[in-house]
Amino acid sequence: MGMRDLAFVGVAAGAALMLSAGLLRSTASPSMAKPREPALFQAADITPVVRDLDAMFRKERGEHGVAPAPLASNLAVFRRLSLALTGTVPSLEEIRAFEARPAEGRLDVALENLLHDRRAADYLAERFARAYVGTEDGPFILFRRRRFTTWLSDALLENRRYDAIVRDLLTERGLWTDHPATNFITVTNDAERQRPDPERLGARVARAFLGVRLDCAQCHDHPFQPWKQDDFQGLAAFFGGVHADLRGVREGKNDYQSLDRKTNTPKAVQPRVPYRPKLLPKAGTPREQLAAWIIDPRNPNLARATVNRVWALMFGRPLHDPVDDLPADGNVEPALARLAADFSAGGYDLHRLVRVIAATEAFRVDSAAGSSVTDLTADHDAAWAAFPMTRLRPEQVARSIFQAASLSTLGPENPWVARLATYTGTNDFVKRYGDMGEDEFDLQGGTIPQRLLLLNGDLVRDKTKAGLFNASTRVALQAPTDARAVEIVYLTVLTRRPTAEESAYFTAKLAGATGDDRKNKVTDLYWTLLNTTEFSWNH
Amino acid sequence: MAIPQGFSIDRRGFLTLAGMSWLTPLGRLLANEAERSKGPAQSVIMLWLDGGPSQLETFDPHPGSKIAGGTRAIGTAAKGVRLAEGFDRLAEQMGSISLIRSLTSKEGDHERGSYLVKTGYRPDATVEHPSIGAIACHELPVGKTDIPRHISILPGRWPSRGGFLGGEYDAFQIGDPQGKLPDVATQVPKDRDAARLRDLEIAERAFAKGRRIRVAETLHRETVSRARVMMTSEQLKAFDVSSEPASVLAEYGDSPFGRGCLAARRLIEVGVRCVEVTLGGWDAHVNNHEIHRNRIKELDPAFAALMADLTRRNLLNRTIVMCGGEFGRSPKINPLGGRDHWPIGFSMAVAGGGLRRGITIGETDPDGHKPPADPHPIEDLHATILAALGLNPSTENIAPATGRPIKLSEGKAIRELLGRGRM
Repeated sequence: MGMRDLAFVGVAAGAALMLSAGLLRSTASPSMAKPREPALFQAADITPVVRDLDAMFRKERGEHGVAPAPLASNLAVFRRLSLALTGTVPSLEEIRAFEARPAEGRLDVALENLLHDRRAADYLAERFARAYVGTEDGPFILFRRRRFTTWLSDALLENRRYDAIVRDLLTERGLWTDHPATNFITVTNDAERQRPDPERLGARVARAFLGVRLDCAQCHDHPFQPWKQDDFQGLAAFFGGVHADLRGVREGKNDYQSLDRKTNTPKAVQPRVPYRPKLLPKAGTPREQLAAWIIDPRNPNLARATVNRVWALMFGRPLHDPVDDLPADGNVEPALARLAADFSAGGYDLHRLVRVIAATEAFRVDSAAGSSVTDLTADHDAAWAAFPMTRLRPEQVARSIFQAASLSTLGPENPWVARLATYTGTNDFVKRYGDMGEDEFDLQGGTIPQRLLLLNGDLVRDKTKAGLFNASTRVALQAPTDARAVEIVYLTVLTRRPTAEESAYFTAKLAGATGDDRKNKVTDLYWTLLNTTEFSWNH
Repeated sequence: MAIPQGFSIDRRGFLTLAGMSWLTPLGRLLANEAERSKGPAQSVIMLWLDGGPSQLETFDPHPGSKIAGGTRAIGTAAKGVRLAEGFDRLAEQMGSISLIRSLTSKEGDHERGSYLVKTGYRPDATVEHPSIGAIACHELPVGKTDIPRHISILPGRWPSRGGFLGGEYDAFQIGDPQGKLPDVATQVPKDRDAARLRDLEIAERAFAKGRRIRVAETLHRETVSRARVMMTSEQLKAFDVSSEPASVLAEYGDSPFGRGCLAARRLIEVGVRCVEVTLGGWDAHVNNHEIHRNRIKELDPAFAALMADLTRRNLLNRTIVMCGGEFGRSPKINPLGGRDHWPIGFSMAVAGGGLRRGITIGETDPDGHKPPADPHPIEDLHATILAALGLNPSTENIAPATGRPIKLSEGKAIRELLGRGRM
């Protein structure tokens, strides 16, 4: 690192410290955290669909005989949005900016900011990439995950039509470096046959874009759905002519053959769609034909699969569970059908979809029962009468630890050293915590090694201990009062203020503490809050 | 030999099943003693050679052939079984070890191949399969083990997972046993730690309000308590190889992998079900022979010492030891003196747990053209190990997301390996 870089890092660090000092003193309206004011979308535009969805859930609650939980606080909803879209809890800087706005419309502005935030595009690209190319590292040279997610992130940030993104994934040709969408194809490259695997591609397409698990029919006819083995093979055959080599992905002759399991002889298979064959155009290459069939608004599955996945990203739980086991061209939950119809009619606009979901009552209700009911039951879960509680993903936990240890927002604007440290630290943490793989909406409890990692792990120690750049030290030295110090730690870790009981208890612990003792006590408070149920769960 | 009490209940259960419940107390005692060596295996130690070792330079040499590229072979304690040069110490132990030389797989990629060999299933985007260690933990009783029962020492990029059985069956990962055990010691002094735990009680209260059932269902606090129990467990000492005599440490080889193997033995003694110890660096696309010579220097003493140690301590009958990687390497030597990935006809060493010893299964073509004789897909290896653990491979578990029933393994146990008329 040259002297100029060092100087730059120094200036950046100094600026960050000054900024944090301001954040600690203010309760509201910090002048330096001037929020960008994006052009607000027309709320009226989504009002009809939100109204319909709310009515559907109201009916559902009636059938289950439950009342909705009270509305959650603005900060609680902000935390949900931030976790869903950026994979981390909001920073103190964001919270201050959030609270500086008039209470009315705070969440709308926050959501618009997030939708235009590179962090969100990057995070959502990672999540979508799991559905498209899995979690494997993929074949060496021929597959570049980073290129692929960057391309996807750009598309999400500019809010490209989702059907156009899907068409690119299915039909793109050329080199995986210049035409990153082709990585969707090359990730399945079979080293032995030296070509992309039509069956893996068929299975991917079915699950990611149709929301169906047609690959069960790879080996046998589907037990609960009308899928036959022929349906699966017909879908795979659309990729029977795709080749990938050092010249890139290109189209050739369809030589896909399936193995007849009874006679064990190979037979040639022609491309065929599993339902609504009339929507398949005659013109174009097989991949172009398939893409046209999938993105045709009269084929309901792409929209349904997509809204179900986005719903799951926002709630931690899909509307239709499992996320990719929808009926093909059949009846689905009314809310899913309504949301999907709005998505395709509205031009496959992902931002609009997120706004609609975020505006529903289901997204705004608390995850706790109000005082009128004793506790929440399975009926509340079934009717979306209370926000579901789901375990945070490993990278959400890791990023939130990093974010909680920094008062200002971590993101692309940070110096590269800081970003690299966050990146590698997050990866190390996720490896020990245990990635959930592709089954990401599988509801599982936590594990002992995960708890050990939070109780005793290096990341939590390094991020909470006294240190020039750690929030704990800034809070210990700069918070104007003990009560304010406690409040700031609660805001940075749990995105809420302490209750009166909590405030009294922890403020008393800080009373009179100075020097290292004070720093240690703030460190202890960070450690404590990071180890609560509340921190590790979405709620 | 200390066998945790938990196992004895299970052994009795096994005897009952076997129709021996009529035994008198004395008879039962004798049966217990006998069955300690005759009963199914209790644990698995997997020596994972990450990167795909060459069968030709390890367990399946073809000296003098064109494909050998000059690799010579040495005789071993097992009649007619030869190993590649460099395995001088393992050769002495070969009377206890069998070799499967005709494993076949359809996965030639490191990640996919590792998945297949560790789980017995090809990667499938609709379900995440559990590894053999996770299956063993899931199917066999917990016993009195406070520490994780599935452990990965020196994990590579894809340590063994619990898959659809749940994250609690993931392998607990540790580094070189010489170092500090990760995450089990508090980062602050005792009094401060105690104060933190009291504070945590306070901090948990508000959130539980209105969410009593939901919070209880997370099992978060129970998991914290169990983590705390583990932090103070006597059994943690099993990780600490420094209490072993210097001669034992030397026998295993003064290397992280050797210490890993030694820790594995100590861990299965306290009731751990499965320990995976990884030795990486076998991906020899360039300079294959030199790379193998160096890796074998580390593998040979560790594997041989583990076998000798388990035999000495009378643990081999209840412990299965496996050694191999995600695939083999090509018979053809490439222009850079390397061998490339080769999933059709590679080797795995298996030992203990009542498996037949000193034999070889299958044969690869000395010219490297024809597929191996008596081929066994990886699935068969899994079925064999499960059978040796007293499990029926066709037992089904339900994958929670889809409700799909999935067999422990879809392979057929290799009969020649299952001694004593099992299966």
